[in-house]
Amino acid sequence: MNHDERLARQKNIRNFSIIAHIDHGKSTLADRLLEKTETVSSREMKSQTLDSMDLERERGITIKLNAVQLSYTAKNGEEYTFHLIDTPGHVDFTYEVSRSLAACEGALLVVDAAQGIEAQTLANVYLALDNDLEILPIINKIDLPAADPDKVKQEIEDVIGLDASEAVHASAKSGIGIEEILEQIVEKVPAPTGDPQAPLKALIFDSHYDQYKGVIVNIRIVEGTVKPGDKIRMMATGKEFEVIETGVFTPNISMRDELSVGDVGFLSAAIKNVGDTRVGDTITNAKNPASEPLPGYRRLNPMVFCGLYPIDSSKYVDLREALEKLELNDSALEYEAETSQALGFGYRCGFLGLLHMEIIQERIEREFKIDLITTAPSVIYNVVTTDGKELKVDNPSMMPDAQKIDHVEEPYVKASIMVPNDYVGSVMELCQQKRGNFKTMDYLDASRVNIIYELPLAEIVYDFFDQLKSSTKGYASFDYELIGYKTSKLVKMDILLNGEQVDALSFIVHRDFSYERGKAIVEKLKNLIPRQQFEVPVQAAIGQKIVARSTIKSIGKNVLAKCYGGDISRKRKLLEKQKEGKKRMKQVGSVEVPQEAFMAVLKMDED
Amino acid sequence: MRGMYIHIPFCHQICHYCDFNKVFFKNQPVDEYIESIGNELAIMANEGHSFNGLETVFLGGGTPTSLSERQLDRLLEIIHQHVNVRELREFSTEANPDELTRGKLSVLKSGGVGRLSIGVQSFDEQLLKRIGRTHSAETPARVIRAAREIGFDNISIDLIYGLPEQTVKQWKETLDKALSFELPHYSGYSLIVEPKTVFYNLMNKGRLPLPGEDIEAEMFSMLMDRMAEAGRRQYEISNFALPGNESIHNLIYWDNDEYAGIGAGAHGYLKGRRYANFGPLRKYMDSMGSGLRPVMETNEVTITEAMEEEMFLGLRKSEGVSLHSFESKFGKTLTEVYGVVLEELSGKGLISESEGSIKLTRKGVFRGNEVFQQFLK
Repeated sequence: MNHDERLARQKNIRNFSIIAHIDHGKSTLADRLLEKTETVSSREMKSQTLDSMDLERERGITIKLNAVQLSYTAKNGEEYTFHLIDTPGHVDFTYEVSRSLAACEGALLVVDAAQGIEAQTLANVYLALDNDLEILPIINKIDLPAADPDKVKQEIEDVIGLDASEAVHASAKSGIGIEEILEQIVEKVPAPTGDPQAPLKALIFDSHYDQYKGVIVNIRIVEGTVKPGDKIRMMATGKEFEVIETGVFTPNISMRDELSVGDVGFLSAAIKNVGDTRVGDTITNAKNPASEPLPGYRRLNPMVFCGLYPIDSSKYVDLREALEKLELNDSALEYEAETSQALGFGYRCGFLGLLHMEIIQERIEREFKIDLITTAPSVIYNVVTTDGKELKVDNPSMMPDAQKIDHVEEPYVKASIMVPNDYVGSVMELCQQKRGNFKTMDYLDASRVNIIYELPLAEIVYDFFDQLKSSTKGYASFDYELIGYKTSKLVKMDILLNGEQVDALSFIVHRDFSYERGKAIVEKLKNLIPRQQFEVPVQAAIGQKIVARSTIKSIGKNVLAKCYGGDISRKRKLLEKQKEGKKRMKQVGSVEVPQEAFMAVLKMDED
Repeated sequence: MRGMYIHIPFCHQICHYCDFNKVFFKNQPVDEYIESIGNELAIMANEGHSFNGLETVFLGGGTPTSLSERQLDRLLEIIHQHVNVRELREFSTEANPDELTRGKLSVLKSGGVGRLSIGVQSFDEQLLKRIGRTHSAETPARVIRAAREIGFDNISIDLIYGLPEQTVKQWKETLDKALSFELPHYSGYSLIVEPKTVFYNLMNKGRLPLPGEDIEAEMFSMLMDRMAEAGRRQYEISNFALPGNESIHNLIYWDNDEYAGIGAGAHGYLKGRRYANFGPLRKYMDSMGSGLRPVMETNEVTITEAMEEEMFLGLRKSEGVSLHSFESKFGKTLTEVYGVVLEELSGKGLISESEGSIKLTRKGVFRGNEVFQQFLK
């Protein structure tokens, strides 16, 4: 292809993503666009084509990104190449969202005609605006009885300040308005700018590991071109590779001779480690490098740590293999071996956030069939000992004895919470409860407020986001960034079962809340741990001091004393089911502890 | 086969806890169903299953006594056509107190039925209403008297404990009343709330105030003690009898022996295979049109499974599992197969060995499921 052909093609490229609240119909709309452009025939259509992991399909959320090329012949008779870039929809993955938006010139803002704008949408709209994207409002589910498109339009104009007069009325489910959406993409989303003759600048917005080809890097070409045989360099890591294949997803892999400005596709280059291809990094040509990388690269550091232990200790090696495989696909996942007296051999793993943690845990259980015990998530504490040494502690059980500690510092974040002003009170109450320090509050317009708090990271890692959503009816949007460490009055709380300390149940707590928490946790454990062969005391202790106690009773009666007639198979099934339940418990000393107990320390606020 | 179970899936009233295969009597093809029982027996005989040497027949349900005298008579006639009733060691029927009229008692008696198992469940008026029973607390006394007059002396009653809001005191009163009849046999079952029952529904709505595990354990304990005092030996976890009055049919199940299951939804164990018949009446009756048995599913019991069953069924009996009979049945000693498990369980004080048999200890009886599970792979 020569320069003019490239420029002609570039003129007809449109890159966009879809922004929507979790069940406002993003995936359905994506499916319809694929269908309408005959990218995927109806026959091949599974519902939610873009969400490829089972887990995504089940949870209805997008975890890993996808980009699909579509061809569309517009009403003006010209043929256009669209790239639809999917984005994950959770605060844990804000950075990935921002990078995938950076690969686009436009975004479809899908709003439910009955429910209006929700918090998650807002956060992503602001990310899109940050990236200077052209935003096309779409009012979806127009055929619902409760649809009120005019009200939603007004809301879009009031809350986001977008002109919604040309918002498409659509129903992705019924196929209404799809053509109009495609036409608006042609008309309103700008064509990519950038010079195909300039040195290569390709933005990495995702990567995944393929067992034959190595890492497949999803890229958006911003400047220049790339083709097989080119020598490339990752500008952040400095690693160099030779390109083996270039191509696009349609949504299946289709090879292309080259990728040029505006193209969204992939390359493979025998890269063995996903960590070499970091999201947000810029790929350039090693022989003709760009002088500056694209803006916005940020190394992703795990924020949340927990121990993963196989319930069946003999699965330790399987667990390592599972983590190795997952790591290939997930550069944000970190792990190292650790040992717990209670749980045996396992791994301390680092995650971007709790959703990320849950996803990894669930994938290990499902895809690798290893039943896990997950210990309560922790952040990294800075512990300064009395002899002046500084320790990093990411596992509460590793906390030194209280008398050897001079002080403990914990990570704080600056949290920005955007919320309609009716909910300011409940947001502040929640933040206060979470040991937050109020900073400022700005009115964005007549009805919306941006509240800034400094909060200990440890207080938000678990279910802050969920609590925030429920106390604001889903209207709050939330973002946070790490601002550093602050000294806090923290103590380690130990839990004793049957008089023995269970290291995996230790947690760090602010001294002022310690008695309350101790009391609540022993009650909670009493209810979570099934009755045992004998009476088991449950104690919470700070150092040598017991601060709370409860007792798990011994089993009263557990025998089938029902009239079952001759249905022996049924008896067998019942016994098998009970036995299966037992297998999912971990023997800690002489006490059988179910998985949930290890997470119990975090779920306190639900009671 | 040593025993035969015949299922009569009709009830005039459905109890709130019952999850057996049953339907309301009204508008059902009852007569046709009774004839189908005959068909099934005939097909079975054709397939080469012999009823010679049969020791027991057990009519269960549903409610066998929901049938009219004429229907009962016809059912017994059919059974007589296939089974030499005179040679049986035991011929039992389940019965609802308020349906057991003198007329029906006479029909049963002349049809060769020798044992009655009456579903009394409780002697507390309020509780009976609560669980959906139609008889009153007074009915059983009258029925037992009538049955004795007609010549039934092998009578058992079923009782249930752990009922919603049942107190230990109420249970004690029920036991007192039950024992006052000086029956040779009693069954005491604990309430298990099963899916597809009224109780299950209530429980999910949080409206079933069950007494809880500790109270239930206390009731179970009281049941065992009271029966022992009265000389009724606990020959199986839920069954108590004067020596010589144990239910032979029930023991066939716990002895892991073979029995035929006849009727809709009945379960059987024949020639090394456990099977279940079709449950829905129409399906059950129509499936025999082709001359085949109405079997919905059948499973070959592997040697391993048979050994497991030998244990988890056998340990329910007070006499336990005999080392000798295990070995002669399976060609391996109990220790060879379950040595580790046996050691662990006896270490926990849940089982013990005496008179050449492995038995549950009293502690083990309370935690039977824990013991039974250990024998499953």
